[in-house]
Amino acid sequence: MGITRRAAIAGGMAAPFVMTTRVGAQAPSRAETLLLVQEYGPNSLDMQGIGSSQPVNGVALNCYDRLLRFKPVPIPTGGGNQVSMGELEGELAESWQVASDGMSCTFKLRDAKFHSGRPVTAKDVKWSLDRACTIGGFATTQMNAGSLEKPEQFVVVDDKTFRIDFLRKDKMTLPNLAVTIPFIFDSELAIKNSGGDPHAKEWLKNNVAGSGAYKVESWKPGVETIYVRNDDWACGKLPQLRRIIARDIASPSTRRALIERGDADISYGLPPKDFKDLADGGKINVVGVPIPNGVWGLYLNAQVGPFKDVRLRQAVAWVLPYDKMLQASLFGRGVDMSGGAETPKVAWPQPFPYKTNLEKAKELVSAAGGGFKTTLQFDAGNATVAEPMSVLIKEALGAIGIDVEISKVPGANFRTEIAKKTNPMTLNRFAGWLDYPDYYLFWTMHGNNSIFNIANYQNPALDKLIDAARFAADKAEYDKLVVDFVKLVNNEVPMVPIAQPTHDVAMQKSIGGYQFQPCREPDFRYLTKG
Amino acid sequence: MLRMIGARLMTTIPSVIGVIIVTFLLTRVLPGDTAAYFAGPAASNEAIAEIRGKLGLDQPLPVQFVSYVTALAKGDLGQSLTTGQPVTADLAQRLPASAELTLVGLILSMAIALPLGVLAAVKQGSWIDHLCRIVATAGVSLPVFFTGLLLVYIFYFVLGWSPAPLGRLDVFASEPPRVTGLLLIDSLLARDLETFRAAFAQIILPAVTLAIFSLAPITRMTRASMLAVLGADFVRTARASGLSSSKVIGTYAFRNAMLPVVTTLGMVFSFLLGANVLVEKVFAWPGIGSYAVEALIASDYAPIQGFVLTMAILYVVLNLLIDITYGVIDPRVRLEG
Repeated sequence: MGITRRAAIAGGMAAPFVMTTRVGAQAPSRAETLLLVQEYGPNSLDMQGIGSSQPVNGVALNCYDRLLRFKPVPIPTGGGNQVSMGELEGELAESWQVASDGMSCTFKLRDAKFHSGRPVTAKDVKWSLDRACTIGGFATTQMNAGSLEKPEQFVVVDDKTFRIDFLRKDKMTLPNLAVTIPFIFDSELAIKNSGGDPHAKEWLKNNVAGSGAYKVESWKPGVETIYVRNDDWACGKLPQLRRIIARDIASPSTRRALIERGDADISYGLPPKDFKDLADGGKINVVGVPIPNGVWGLYLNAQVGPFKDVRLRQAVAWVLPYDKMLQASLFGRGVDMSGGAETPKVAWPQPFPYKTNLEKAKELVSAAGGGFKTTLQFDAGNATVAEPMSVLIKEALGAIGIDVEISKVPGANFRTEIAKKTNPMTLNRFAGWLDYPDYYLFWTMHGNNSIFNIANYQNPALDKLIDAARFAADKAEYDKLVVDFVKLVNNEVPMVPIAQPTHDVAMQKSIGGYQFQPCREPDFRYLTKG
Repeated sequence: MLRMIGARLMTTIPSVIGVIIVTFLLTRVLPGDTAAYFAGPAASNEAIAEIRGKLGLDQPLPVQFVSYVTALAKGDLGQSLTTGQPVTADLAQRLPASAELTLVGLILSMAIALPLGVLAAVKQGSWIDHLCRIVATAGVSLPVFFTGLLLVYIFYFVLGWSPAPLGRLDVFASEPPRVTGLLLIDSLLARDLETFRAAFAQIILPAVTLAIFSLAPITRMTRASMLAVLGADFVRTARASGLSSSKVIGTYAFRNAMLPVVTTLGMVFSFLLGANVLVEKVFAWPGIGSYAVEALIASDYAPIQGFVLTMAILYVVLNLLIDITYGVIDPRVRLEG
């Protein structure tokens, strides 16, 4: 039989299918390369810059160093490490010493080099921290959260010595140096390429000028980011992985297929149901960490609308089907926030003393004057979890005569909506980077009325407790204040906590060294393969 | 011919101006606050105001419009906030990806739809006609994300024949030097057969998904217009004159039936180019459809404006091409032009 045209075409069509086995056999490069799939990648390489998206934290984490980092501690349920907020270790700092009056801290820098080959000096540290404090937007807000407010606080003592003067005694100052904002730039390189901008925003958005464990080899926004190891990294044990390829795959079904087939090493951001299936399947490692200081809550507007009446807020807390919500929306990937003890622990989030009790809820509603109509809103971007949750809320509240209309608000709109603080009910998840109860309440229930005080809750008594706790120097005093304010919000319920979600990551069994970071981005520096 | 093209281009100028104004206004009436969205979760009101100022969104609309048009005249479509890159660079990066996928899908679709439509018309009421009907109905009624996921499930997940749906190229393949931006062509130009195969393997499933979706309009249009032509006097005359059936159908009837088909092809092509967002998502294809949708969700004006403008210009060019093709197929059209 001769080669007909048809046979040739058929052969050509089949060729790509045949060759896939060969691609899979390219073992040598795969062994030292990690393939990570995520929903979307960074929109900038500069986490301090305005408008940086969540994945930019990963660039800051892996390509830059900070003075300090959080100490890894094992995850209680196994699978890797998480961090301990109170314990810090030096990253660029070889050692550090808080002054005896407690009003400043002096750092000795390591002999580290930037990717450019220049040694890291105290001058670079000052330039970078000044930048974070003055650039505006999220970076400045986050710095202020740890009482790092003015460039005058940052002092160059000599080339290798750097001092931070405190404005006040704030337990969050040092931990705040370990988050992904106050990282250190190669200031000379940045200034040289800045084109006159004192913050070199445009250049640093597209270029990495750091000393971190990885360099960015190529960055195609919306497609992929490729990291290569910095073999001269001085601030920790040299990472095992030489190359990281992070591909942006929008469809969660595709991300799941990739990890199940073994083509991807790590998959981020799957819906809870997929994580549950993968965990049950047993072929893939699923590591879940309850997100520190993170909780799904139902915010009830305490200033506008029916929920001004505390009895109605309590009624809602008494009627929500907590366990059903955890199972149906988070597929069990979370911690139930109902049925807690009457006397709170020193922790946040923690279960409130409410559990589903229809009779109690009915009593409270009739005491407050009976049923009514209201609306519940949530961010459409969170619909995978929030939609089933809100349907269950609607059903449960229907039983006590509260008729709920669900409104799904698109992402760009949601912020505007919650800023208005007029909608009676909002379902939202908030997580604070710094794991302190007062920090969470400062953002979500304090009278300073930040955007995340969605319930528009105003209570001078609570403000006083939160403020006192924030700057309490004594541990016993702090603990007492926390118990007091948790008790207060237990009773007032401006926000009904539903569940503390877990942050899940799916990994091949060959991947080790998983490190959870409060910014929730993958930390490549500890990962191993093989 | 040149005069016709010139005249056609002149008439498109008002529509392009219209598109510029309408997209500008439409993006501005979209609900949602760009500055608030990009200020990040914990931003203060001052921070949001600062960003608003930086983006020029605090200016009155006419001022914003003038600065937009001035920039546009210099070929600057603005900055995308979602990718952090200039919109022109993003579009240059993504348009070839979409175009390549759409072209391959369309060629595939034509290769099936045209013969099927012709056969269905010639053998009206036969099994092939029924097959044509079933294919068309199925193609239209199956949503693309479903077909896409189904194909991924069967050919990648279960059978393992197809490579991982990771976008245009396998992670370990390197891109050929950029000439046209179409990987299949660039890799051939670089005589890099390995990359060509890698790119081809990646494009098959998404292209098939698109082809299944676009089969219906092309098949149905081919069939309908073939039926009309086959009933015409000149076909009867040709048959009566003793011409062979293949000559009658292939040369006379098919050529005359092509006009409406070409129109449909043009429409299907431009529709697929911008509207295959779901295919792009399932196969992680870095195309312009998903780019525009991401931008829309974030109320990111510049990419939306750039996208609509590019699509409008593409439509204009495409329609022009179709008109020229008409002239090639049917000399009468050329004369009238």
